Amino acid sequence: MKANDTIRKEFLTNPAGRIRIALEENASAEYLVLQDGAEAAAGETFWEISLPEGASLKMVFLSLDGSVSNHLDIALAGGRASCDLSGLSLASGTQRMDYDIRMTHLVPDCQSNQLFKTLVADRAVTHFDGLVKVVPDAQRTEAYQANHNLLLSEQAHAFTRPQLEIYADDVKCSHGATIGRLNADELFYMRSRGIRAEEARLLQQLAFAGEIVDRISTPEWCEKMHVLVEKRLRSAFSSC
Amino acid sequence: MNTLLTIKNLHASVGEKEILRGIDLTVNPGEVHAIMGPNGAGKSTLSAVLAGRDTFTVTEGSVTYDGRDLLALSPEERSWAGIFLGFQYPIEIPGVSNANFMKAAVAEQRKQRGLEPLSAAQFLKLMREKMACVEMDGSFSSRGVNVGFSGGEKKRNEIFQMAMLEPRLAILDETDSGLDVDALRIVASGVNKLRKPDNAFLVITHYQRLLDYIVPDVIHVLYKGRIIKTAGRELALEIEKKGYDWLIHESE
Repeated sequence: MKANDTIRKEFLTNPAGRIRIALEENASAEYLVLQDGAEAAAGETFWEISLPEGASLKMVFLSLDGSVSNHLDIALAGGRASCDLSGLSLASGTQRMDYDIRMTHLVPDCQSNQLFKTLVADRAVTHFDGLVKVVPDAQRTEAYQANHNLLLSEQAHAFTRPQLEIYADDVKCSHGATIGRLNADELFYMRSRGIRAEEARLLQQLAFAGEIVDRISTPEWCEKMHVLVEKRLRSAFSSC
Repeated sequence: MNTLLTIKNLHASVGEKEILRGIDLTVNPGEVHAIMGPNGAGKSTLSAVLAGRDTFTVTEGSVTYDGRDLLALSPEERSWAGIFLGFQYPIEIPGVSNANFMKAAVAEQRKQRGLEPLSAAQFLKLMREKMACVEMDGSFSSRGVNVGFSGGEKKRNEIFQMAMLEPRLAILDETDSGLDVDALRIVASGVNKLRKPDNAFLVITHYQRLLDYIVPDVIHVLYKGRIIKTAGRELALEIEKKGYDWLIHESE
């Protein structure tokens, strides 16, 4: 058994339909998935992912525009497999952005991590429905899940449903969700230094979103995505 | 010489509760005023009202700053006009670096004052200079604003920001609280370096200790939302020895 030292890197823009990811044992892959609303037909994706022994998958989803619905069904099927998911949704107007995630730990000694963040403006609606399931055999599982939502208008809605279903007894698992608004103390602090309210709110939004973008390990992609996120926030979120 | 700040019969409330109950105060350019008083006197409320915090409602009175109605201005407009509040509890902003925070602030200030924007190199040079003023390590510029800073580091960061923005009226709200002697000396010397004939300071403090380092021209004692005594710097020593009770008795 020899660790594969090359990491496969994929950058998918507006994928659609059913997508399967299969990794070899001990292989590593990183996916960056960009949804920018440019192709209206690209709204719905179904991911089927199975990770064999020692495989490691990292995925960063950026749902920056359009209405999207992403379904992920992930099985950690071989020992020491790991899956790291993160996602950012920027929903404005009457858009709807959904993530529906099922992470199943089938065998012992696997790790999974999920961090999904959402900025909701105008009358947009987002849903996060995430289930982490740990079967009776999957001892020594480590599984974490977090979903944080910021509402930027009175009519914006974020629904979140984080769930853990654990049938093994020797595990480390946590999940959490928050829904809130931009912090008023931060806003006043920035304004007291002469930063316009609009710009201060943008800095807060960029900080919130930046945590996800920073998870992209390829520096050129990371930098490009920061630019896209800022452009999107400046165009549709700056009045929030 | 024109007065810089004139507060007349200022009343302010939070919800139903009246906290400031008729403050009168005049500050001229070049002066340092200290505001002392026991806990709950309204010291922090006064500074927050002057900076434009909307959790307080001004119910009566007026504040004139540099000939303008201060209370009609937004917090950022007050900052552009040269008002700076050094926070008693500086706010942490995760994800916004100290450098980006100051870059945004300085850019807007310069725009408002009709000055050319600074180049990246000029800005970095200015940051380095001002950080040196308060003996702050350069590594702080890339860290999130106040995130993980110790109490002393947060207060030094306030003085650093003040040095960057060069206000005409700096209001320092208990900048000495939570500081050890070394940090106090650094903070005070930062303030003293910024004292000029055309700017003024309102130094809010609980203790006389800070006033050993930042020597005020006038001391006011605030109690239950009113100024009950105004005197020269010798008053601080008397308060240090005798506390506030005698002043409170005298005023009642």
